This record gives sequence, C-alpha cells and structure tokens, in this order.
Amino acid sequence: MLCEEVTALLPGMVDGDLDVDPAAVQHVETCLRCQAELARYRRLLRTLALLRTRYAEPTPGLLGDTLAALTDAAEEGARRTLLSGRRLAYAGAIGGTAVAAGATAALLIARSRRRSMRLAG
Amino acid sequence: MDESELVSAAKAGDRAAFDELVRRTFVDTFTLARRLTGNEEDGRDVVQDAYLRAWRGIGKFRGEAAFSTWMYRITANAAATNVRRRRRQQAEPFDDDIEPADPRTDLQPAAMAESAEALERITDALDELPPKLRSVVVLKDVYDLPHEAIAEELGITVAAAKVRLHRGRRKLRDALYDEGAEAHAV
Repeated sequence: MLCEEVTALLPGMVDGDLDVDPAAVQHVETCLRCQAELARYRRLLRTLALLRTRYAEPTPGLLGDTLAALTDAAEEGARRTLLSGRRLAYAGAIGGTAVAAGATAALLIARSRRRSMRLAG
Repeated sequence: MDESELVSAAKAGDRAAFDELVRRTFVDTFTLARRLTGNEEDGRDVVQDAYLRAWRGIGKFRGEAAFSTWMYRITANAAATNVRRRRRQQAEPFDDDIEPADPRTDLQPAAMAESAEALERITDALDELPPKLRSVVVLKDVYDLPHEAIAEELGITVAAAKVRLHRGRRKLRDALYDEGAEAHAV
C-alpha cells in the first residue's frame, strides 16, 4: 500500500478500528512517516480527552433561567392535565344525561304503544 | 440525597429533586452544549432545551447509566435539532469540506504538550469544524460515547457516525499539526 492510501485510514486506526485493512497495519509497522502521522493522531486524541475535565463557565443567570423555564413547563403540563381531566368530566356528564334521556324516551314510547293497543283491543 | 434517590424522586414528579439534579449537572451539560454548538448563544438555548426534554422524559430514564450520561445523549439530540433549525433559518454553508478559518499550521508536534495553550487551540479548532463533524468528534473523543449512542441521538447510521468521526479527526489534525515537518523516512 502507498502512504497516501494508508494516511486516509489512520483516523480510524488510531483507536483500533477492527475493520482496517491488515495491509495498512503492515505498512505502518515499516513506515516511519505513517508511524509519525499515527503518533499525531494519538496525541490529538489524548488532548481531546483532556477537554473532558475543562468546563465552560455558564453565563450568569443561566441556571436560574433554566430552572424558571422548567417551572413554567411543569405548570403548563399541570394545567393541561387539569383541563383534560375537566373535559373528561364534562364529556361523562353529557354522555350520562344523554343516556338517561334516551332511556326515558324509550319508556314513554313503550307506554304510549301499550295504551294504544289496549284502546284498539 | 444521592443521585439514584434524586432520580427516583424526580420520576415520581418531585420538582425539587429534579432541580437538584439540574444544579449538580448544569456546568457539565452546559459545557457539552457549548462544545456541540460551537458558540455561547446556541449553547444556552440547547442546555435549556435539554433539561426541558429531560424533565418531560424522566419517566423513561431507566437508571442504567449515570444521570449525567443520560443528559449527554439528550443534549446531543437537542444540539442536532438546533443545528438543523439554524441551517433552515440561515441557509449557511454547512459544507463538510470547508476549510477551518484558522488552520494554525505553525503549531509543531513538540509544542503540542498537553498544556493549557494546547487545550485552548484544540477548543478553537473544534469550534471551526463543520457542526456535523464537530458533534461526532466531541461525543466520541471528548465524552467517550459509543458509536451506537451517537448514531441514535444524531439520527444517522453507525457507519455514517464513523465516517464523520474520521473526517473530523483529519480536519483537526490538519488544523493543529504542521504537515511536512517530518521527512518521509521510507
């Protein structure tokens, strides 16, 4: 393999990508240029890992704003739950009334039919 | 209260417990948001969005990983949404092939001691990466998230995540190290 071909694979080889062509691994073992290039990538990864312990200072007030936004979201959620609960209660009441009205109407119709049949007989 | 107790309380709807989790992880989460977006303003939006998503989704948190690790994944997802929104709004060129504005080719490997200066430079170089590449490099090489988790949160395949990682590393390498400083010895 040529250095140019191997160089393209080094960003994956640096942390032991198992899919790397064995010919590329063999090339690196004998090529000082590619070994040096691989060392640069290793140094890059070490420095990136060090960033893990470096923290960005949040803007003053950002934590408070975030907690306030959470409070708003929680209140909004509670309000929606309450509204949907009320809607369910209203729907239940309306449904119940409709069922009762239907039953009353059916009873009245049945009575009226029985009366008509008695008069006709 | 330890973290698992706070998580249990928060899952039961205890806002004070959730607020405590926010306080304990805030600097870490903000730092990730800032790194993923590459700027302070978007970092602020993303960190708020991430905690709102976490509050709404706390019931789904199984507690297998640390709360902070769960927050990394939510933050990655929120940052990806932010990047997509920015792209639609500004029609900025988010071409992966654009070159970093400040390649800093003067930096020799010997000077790349793991010093504060090196960390400053690598932070600047990360900020200059295209967002799609920066996200994967930050999540994998700084926060050590597995490829599968990164792919899931960014809505891409594992293969695409690896391709982006390798391209991002190559761009960082080009930005930070002087090519041609060493002779080809073979």
